Amino acid sequence: MTIIHDPLSEEAASRIVRAAVAAATPLEIRGGGTRTLWSGSTNRDILSSAALSGIVAYNPAEMTMTAKAGTPLGDISAALAERRQMLAFEPLDLRPALGTSGIPTIGGVFATNASGPRRYVAGAARDSLLGVRFVNGSGEIVKAGGRVMKNVTGLDLTKLLAGSRGALAFLTEVTFRLLPVPETSATIVVSGLNDAEAAAAMATAMSMSVEVSGAAHLPESVCGRFAGGRLPAGAATVLRLEGLAGSVSVRSEKLQAAMARFGAVSSLDVEATVQLWREIRDVHPYADGTARPLWRVSVAPTAGHQLVAALRLEAGIDAYYDWQGGLVWLRMEADPEADLLRRYVKALGGGHATLMRASAEAMAATPVLQPQAEAVAALSARIKDKFDPAGVFVGAFAGA
Amino acid sequence: MEQIGFLPPKPAVLSRRREIVGDLKDLLPEGCLVHEPRSLVPFETDAFVSYRRAPLAVALPETTAQVAAVLKYCHRYGIPVVPRGAGTSLSGGAIPQEDAVVLGLSKMTRILEVDYANRTATVQAGVTNLSISDAVSADGYFYAPDPSSQLACTIGGNIAMNSGGAHCLKYGVTTNNLLGVKMVLVDGTVIELGGKALDAPGLDLLGLVCGSEGQLGVVTEATVRLIAKPEGARPVLFGFDSSEEAGACVADIIGAGIIPVAIEFMDKPAIEICEAFAQAGYPMDVEALLIVEVEGSEAEMDGMLQSIVEIAGRHGVKVVKESQSATQAALIWRGRKSAFGATGRIADYICMDGTVPLSQLSNVLRGTAEIVARHGLRVANVFHAGDGNMHPLILFNANDPEDAARAEAAGNDILKLCVDAGGCLTGEHGVGIEKRELMRHQYTDADLAQQMAVRAAFDPQWILNPSKVFPLEGRPAV
Repeated sequence: MTIIHDPLSEEAASRIVRAAVAAATPLEIRGGGTRTLWSGSTNRDILSSAALSGIVAYNPAEMTMTAKAGTPLGDISAALAERRQMLAFEPLDLRPALGTSGIPTIGGVFATNASGPRRYVAGAARDSLLGVRFVNGSGEIVKAGGRVMKNVTGLDLTKLLAGSRGALAFLTEVTFRLLPVPETSATIVVSGLNDAEAAAAMATAMSMSVEVSGAAHLPESVCGRFAGGRLPAGAATVLRLEGLAGSVSVRSEKLQAAMARFGAVSSLDVEATVQLWREIRDVHPYADGTARPLWRVSVAPTAGHQLVAALRLEAGIDAYYDWQGGLVWLRMEADPEADLLRRYVKALGGGHATLMRASAEAMAATPVLQPQAEAVAALSARIKDKFDPAGVFVGAFAGA
Repeated sequence: MEQIGFLPPKPAVLSRRREIVGDLKDLLPEGCLVHEPRSLVPFETDAFVSYRRAPLAVALPETTAQVAAVLKYCHRYGIPVVPRGAGTSLSGGAIPQEDAVVLGLSKMTRILEVDYANRTATVQAGVTNLSISDAVSADGYFYAPDPSSQLACTIGGNIAMNSGGAHCLKYGVTTNNLLGVKMVLVDGTVIELGGKALDAPGLDLLGLVCGSEGQLGVVTEATVRLIAKPEGARPVLFGFDSSEEAGACVADIIGAGIIPVAIEFMDKPAIEICEAFAQAGYPMDVEALLIVEVEGSEAEMDGMLQSIVEIAGRHGVKVVKESQSATQAALIWRGRKSAFGATGRIADYICMDGTVPLSQLSNVLRGTAEIVARHGLRVANVFHAGDGNMHPLILFNANDPEDAARAEAAGNDILKLCVDAGGCLTGEHGVGIEKRELMRHQYTDADLAQQMAVRAAFDPQWILNPSKVFPLEGRPAV
């Protein structure tokens, strides 16, 4: 029988970990459980951060917040919204696409490095994370980093913990930086481009001094499902501008003028912009209630459309692009085709393909995370051993 | 004066010196090994000049394969290796030791690829920071982190120290602008981490390597982010009657949700030193000066400046002075970036690098003044105020050992003050040897033990830059 431990303190978490090591019982670390991809074994107990909840410190003037790991993301967003601040990296909500329920936690956001559209210019969750407290696999309570923006004191274990998916340690508290919510935003839409033309248009937009903070391409097959149907017919290449109202309008004119040579140009107001980018972030078109295989593929921006073009010849797929083309959300019509996909990822300069969703059988039969090069996997395994010598945490990352 | 210690040299290595030099010569092309005592002198120290040690030899490889060969050899015989970029470390990160081979990357200076469509540049580790921006500037791009030593310092050194600079307030430090590296592990294995894709499989080893001060391996190539240059940029000077008011103004600017590209702070002694050097037109009748840089189109800069001027007004700003030309803007930055060099012309100094939460800026400035006065010394403050990264320059006379000891003691007290105020020992210069023994003030034994364990996953013998970062006492047995 699976026991769910939800300690109220770091000390209690430490005791649970020590007891699990002594009893040789594996522990699966869990936040809200909304981003769990595939936990593999069921022969383990759960170590949950649910009871470690609450904002510990919020100093808007310093643009930093400290919160216990199990604090619901919604609580944090609400507190930030009151002071018109936000998480720069736009954490995505995977519940609609994965069909998970539960409450996303701030610890889960950082443990999975969950980052949305602004990531390609403003950094990922790991870039906003300033410090952590955690319980390692020996039950020791450890802190790393701090609460200031610039800190190079010792090894950056904070980065290592971000995205470690519960394989190294149980996060108990996180400190992260914030940004002001932009006064306004707008989206420039270029219509009717094929994937390759869109890649060129996005690269051009990024070469301009207009600070585009979102660049996505929504092919014809998906574009009607965004922004309540407010996008013009045909494929939409969308470019987001944010900032002070005066500045956004100046930049918007400049960008529209430059984009006119690629295709028909229109724009979306702030309300439609907010909805559109939330839907792009949360994989809205593939939140279809099915178990059709869903991949999140990260490659170089110019490689995205080449990958999709190559796959189309060999499998039934549907796709759209974020991060200037470097993030491909890919839905397979039948099998996951992991080997095929990863072969093309490698041929196009490398990257990361994560199987986010598939039937239980397919999830079990497929390496969900991208395998690492042998020497790097060996190094990762040695690092895992330094955090968790008994191997009590069953969190998965490739190579461990 | 209590000297900062180094690990005792290994007799087994020292006694094999001649043999080691011969073996390394065989591994490297002609002219790539320095071993004559007189030729070793330039490698004895870095920009933390109070300390120097002659290394056993200096290897200057030209390729990743040669770096791997040297490391593999040193690993086999347990010979310490001290990686070196341009030797501009302010914390002694590149100072060698008697039994060490310095592994200098100064011959690896090629820009391998510029890829505008993906906004990346791939360069060898010995390329200087500024030369990356220089190479792409004509096409409208730049590389954002800009340490004051950017003319000389290398990208490899920047990665080792996770270097910052004045413009990091908006663009982040090295770790936020680094996409991938090729690096050589201590046993000579070559690995690649990251690349042009934003996600790499597995743990974030790239994030761990950045800022690891040459303790985890030797980076030989890096892929970095290029950013489109802003349409325009304008530094504006704000003069105040007191450091406290200037500090409070900084906190209010950030608190209002305004993030300029840079907010630099200078107190009166720093203003005098920099103005004498650069004739930048800094106001001389104020106690503290902020250099605030905004960027964008003319209209955007005007809008942002208007808000900043309003906030400064609430803090009794005495002088607001906009740069009138590109030349004057360049002079304003030249004065700021030469602050350390200009200070060096009037006195010896040590430069602290603690970072504090913005709400503590004024308190820590006051505390710094008290500490320095208590030790009978003078201080000039010039630093990155927008992110709370303080650089008090403690002035002393290096020819007077007691004065030097007082300066070091004052520096230690200031750094402890920064930690106690909720900050950290070093924001961008690194721990090196300088702050090594203060690590216990910031971290518990468990915190340090975890870091040292991770270090050992890369270098179980502790031969990579071994005298740095971690206190010499209490290390795990090798």
